[in-house]
Amino acid sequence: MATMKYTDSHEWVRVDGDEATVGITDYAQTQLGDVVHVELPELGRRVDKGAEAAVVDSVKAASEVYAPLSGEVIAVNDALNDDPARVNSDAEGAGWFFKLRLANPAELDALLDPGAYRKLVEGLH
Amino acid sequence: MSDWSKALAGFTPENAGGAGNRGLEIEELLLFEQDAPGRCGVDLPAPKGGADRLGSLRRNGPIGLPGLSEPQVIRHYTRLSHKNYSIDTGLFPLGSCTMKHNPRLNEKLARLPGFADIHPLQPNATVQGALELIDMLAHWLKTMTGMPAVAMPPAAGAHGELCGIMSIQAALAARGERRGRVLVPESAHGTNPATAATCGYAVQSIHANARGRVDLAALKATLGPDIAAIMLTSPNTCGLFEDEMREIADAVHAAGAYFYLDGANFNALVGRVRPGDLGIDAMHINLHKTFSTPHGGGGPGSGPVVLAQSLAPYAPLPWVVHDGAGFRLVEQPDGAAAASIGRIKGFHGQMGMFVRALAFMMSHGADGLRAASGDAVLNANYVLASLADVMTPSFPGPAMHEVLFDDHFLADTGVTTLDFCKALIDEGFHPMTMYFPLIVHGALLVEPTENESKAGLDRFIAAMRGLAARAKSGDADFFHGAPRLAPRRRLDETTAARKPILRWRTPAKAAAE
Amino acid sequence: MRYLSLTDPDRRAMLAAIGVGRIEDLYRGVPADALLAEPLDLPHAMGEIEVERALARLALRNVPAGSVPSFLGAGAYRHHLPAAVDYLVQRGEFLTSYTPYQPEIAQGTLQALFEFQTQVALITGMDVANASLYDGATATAEAAMMANRLTRRKKAILAGSLHPHYAETVATYARFNGFAVDQRPPAPAGDDNPAARLDAETACVIVQNPGVFGQLRDYSALAEACHRAGALLVVVVAEVVSLGLVKPPGAMGADIVAGEGQSLGNAIGFGGPHLGLFATSDRNVRQMPGRLTGETHDAEGRRGYVLTLSTREQHIRREKATSNICTNSGLCALAFAVHLALLGEAGFERLAALNHEAAMALAERLSRVPGAAIVNDTFFNEFALRLPRPAGAVVDALAARGILAGVPASRLWPGRPELADLLLVAATELNTTAEMDALAAALTEAVR
Repeated sequence: MATMKYTDSHEWVRVDGDEATVGITDYAQTQLGDVVHVELPELGRRVDKGAEAAVVDSVKAASEVYAPLSGEVIAVNDALNDDPARVNSDAEGAGWFFKLRLANPAELDALLDPGAYRKLVEGLH
Repeated sequence: MSDWSKALAGFTPENAGGAGNRGLEIEELLLFEQDAPGRCGVDLPAPKGGADRLGSLRRNGPIGLPGLSEPQVIRHYTRLSHKNYSIDTGLFPLGSCTMKHNPRLNEKLARLPGFADIHPLQPNATVQGALELIDMLAHWLKTMTGMPAVAMPPAAGAHGELCGIMSIQAALAARGERRGRVLVPESAHGTNPATAATCGYAVQSIHANARGRVDLAALKATLGPDIAAIMLTSPNTCGLFEDEMREIADAVHAAGAYFYLDGANFNALVGRVRPGDLGIDAMHINLHKTFSTPHGGGGPGSGPVVLAQSLAPYAPLPWVVHDGAGFRLVEQPDGAAAASIGRIKGFHGQMGMFVRALAFMMSHGADGLRAASGDAVLNANYVLASLADVMTPSFPGPAMHEVLFDDHFLADTGVTTLDFCKALIDEGFHPMTMYFPLIVHGALLVEPTENESKAGLDRFIAAMRGLAARAKSGDADFFHGAPRLAPRRRLDETTAARKPILRWRTPAKAAAE
Repeated sequence: MRYLSLTDPDRRAMLAAIGVGRIEDLYRGVPADALLAEPLDLPHAMGEIEVERALARLALRNVPAGSVPSFLGAGAYRHHLPAAVDYLVQRGEFLTSYTPYQPEIAQGTLQALFEFQTQVALITGMDVANASLYDGATATAEAAMMANRLTRRKKAILAGSLHPHYAETVATYARFNGFAVDQRPPAPAGDDNPAARLDAETACVIVQNPGVFGQLRDYSALAEACHRAGALLVVVVAEVVSLGLVKPPGAMGADIVAGEGQSLGNAIGFGGPHLGLFATSDRNVRQMPGRLTGETHDAEGRRGYVLTLSTREQHIRREKATSNICTNSGLCALAFAVHLALLGEAGFERLAALNHEAAMALAERLSRVPGAAIVNDTFFNEFALRLPRPAGAVVDALAARGILAGVPASRLWPGRPELADLLLVAATELNTTAEMDALAAALTEAVR
């Protein structure tokens, strides 16, 4: 049964057992504007929670995407290389960035649940 | 087929000549679309042919360059030039770029054979005039800034920053120290953190206080044994003088660090303030900003760096020195130059820009330089005073040579800073700097420079007031569709970045890809 | 003052509108003790007559390379500039325009740069080129740093064919940017073997073709060796006219080309401003430094051009940028593009052929100077001549007699006495046979 969690730097995580899929939220993509390029991590790379894992470029800005949890990169969304626009059209679905095998699932507890993230975004307006 | 492909397909050599022309503004194909094999715009003698000494490395295929006649090439570039706004066209109020008039005397003098046709590696005895010119320019730069030494080689402002930070790192190394961080205000030009990072430093931000200047107390709290340098701009990118520069210099030096000043905004200070009096250790000067060498569509620049005595020994090679026998170039790290950081580019520096800048300085003289900086500051403040009631200045005046507005005056209009600037294009002006500095929202940074007439400023002010009123009246669509009168409407930068087309390819090749 | 448009009545009206009495009041944000009370100790303003007199006096104290027989090369080459070039680059709309950040009113610059990028890609045989860097030496340093990023390694091998100014520049950048340099000794005989130094730390090998001593080499095998070792091959081209005749780096398997474009469109100008060229393969484009112009369309579907892939650059990426570079060599790139547009395929090939023939004619004469010998097996328009006595003194003696004989190796490598008898001599389409005869005769006399 998959769990959705969020960070206050606007990443989402869908966790299923010890695998997590990571992307940026719909709010994040509206702030960025048209996404033109995504730099994805290498397969096999180990990331610590909070470390820079990917970069997402719009025309006029580049933003770091941070690993919400520690783990090993087991998959990346290659489709984004040819079609970065997916991040705009389906940020929390087909616009996923990478998948991790979690090193420390307990880290999940510190992340925001959907309600808390919604409140965070409302507070930004 | 996408709309873009259809438009592209519509451009053929046969019909493009008449398609889309608007009076004097004529559509012009790429050179590669006007090729006739064998045609040439330069008459050269025929080679003799025969044996060569190329060692079987002769190129064995066509290059693909198009052949045009001289009249075709002149028309090509003349038509392209008509699509460019320029200082010669009108006010170019780009903040921190100092788009001042480029005197034509400077072009004439730079092209004298005695400057243009000398080779950098000729014997010193045959280039004494050139070396003396560099020495003379160095003297003017040192005198204007109150600094004892200057490094002439850097090719641009960012290159000067690199030279300065390298010199600082070398000075620290000579003390046996290796510090890891450089302090840079959030309002700094992007080259500052990029330069620090190139030299291996971590960049730490310094915050501004409510007055838009560096927060001195916060700075003092941040200074420590791991800080190598601070990189400041003054006047800063908000157009405000960093009035605690001496205190900042004292605190920085007490912490064993160095004070680098980004000289991009020196135009406000020439003849009135010497940064050397305020305790800086290094400062680059953008000859293409303050001293009128042409921007040329993006370059070349020239960025000599004035240096304190503590950094002078590390200045990059070559040095121009004068001994009893005349001027000579020191090109090796020997003797007095043993501690130099070495070479940072080929040859000696941007000689062509040195000639132009010196001609500008001599034309103005001490009195004229002071008058110019005064008029630059006067013009900026006149713009501020004339627009303060309809736009939102980010800080109370007086400003220095440039004035910063933010987009609060556009709140609830549906018009962004970008939209506002695009509408200004249709009014006949190049927009001001947009979205920089980052510390205010939707920044609009206006620098008129000293050359603008009052009538010219009044026309600009009238256009700005008109646009501000129109935005507030709710006519957002007008702004969203701007510009309408420029050679092109808004361009699709998203597709350009998603599917980069960075060169022309023959249609067959392009179709295959 | 002729460049200031404000009149005193204007200034009074403006000060009144602002609400202050004097311009000095606007400087109240500057601490009073920082404001100069006296004018700077510099001369007064001068009109054009005086400025021209002063600077012309300095210009006359130099010996222009065109006024005497002149055979200097070593990274800066004297070529004929068609009259149209200078006329076009001095159009105010090019000369006084800015970086094309507002593309709607900068299509002139943008299209010219798009064409320039294409020209550089074509002549180097590479996929893509940028809109220029400062010069060949800094372009080479940027190539080394790009190779480091791409390979995640930190060592550049600099071959013995590389111009020492370029090598020294890379070494300076290496010291501060934190990578290592393996500098091979200068190789006048062209017998350098940088492949032997490849190891698991090597990010790139940097060679120059034609080399600094003039030799031509096919670096295809070296490219393969580099790739097998996980490294990149950077080929430097300091004399871009050679590409009209010589196999280009792209055809040899180069990953990055760094070059000097001064030879086309630009005067030698005592070494600056010059023109850095930079080209690479499509797959490396996002790691390329410098500005890039790209094709797109506008809101009415018309083809147009914009700066693109800007998120690599300092104004967006700041400390994470591919380079700290801001300015390019815009006007010099335009001059290059205009010159190459005038030459076209036929003219560029012909120009290169004339240069090679001039060098062969010169080599034929100089090889008959008693005691002198040409070191090169191959060359384009420049070669190394071994003299029977130190070349530096010979060059000075000939300069005193009104001949600029070339660049003595001791000028570029003063710490290498084994090179002291070498003279680097270049010939271009501008050198006449009479000049060549004069050089041969003078050298014969000087080494007697």
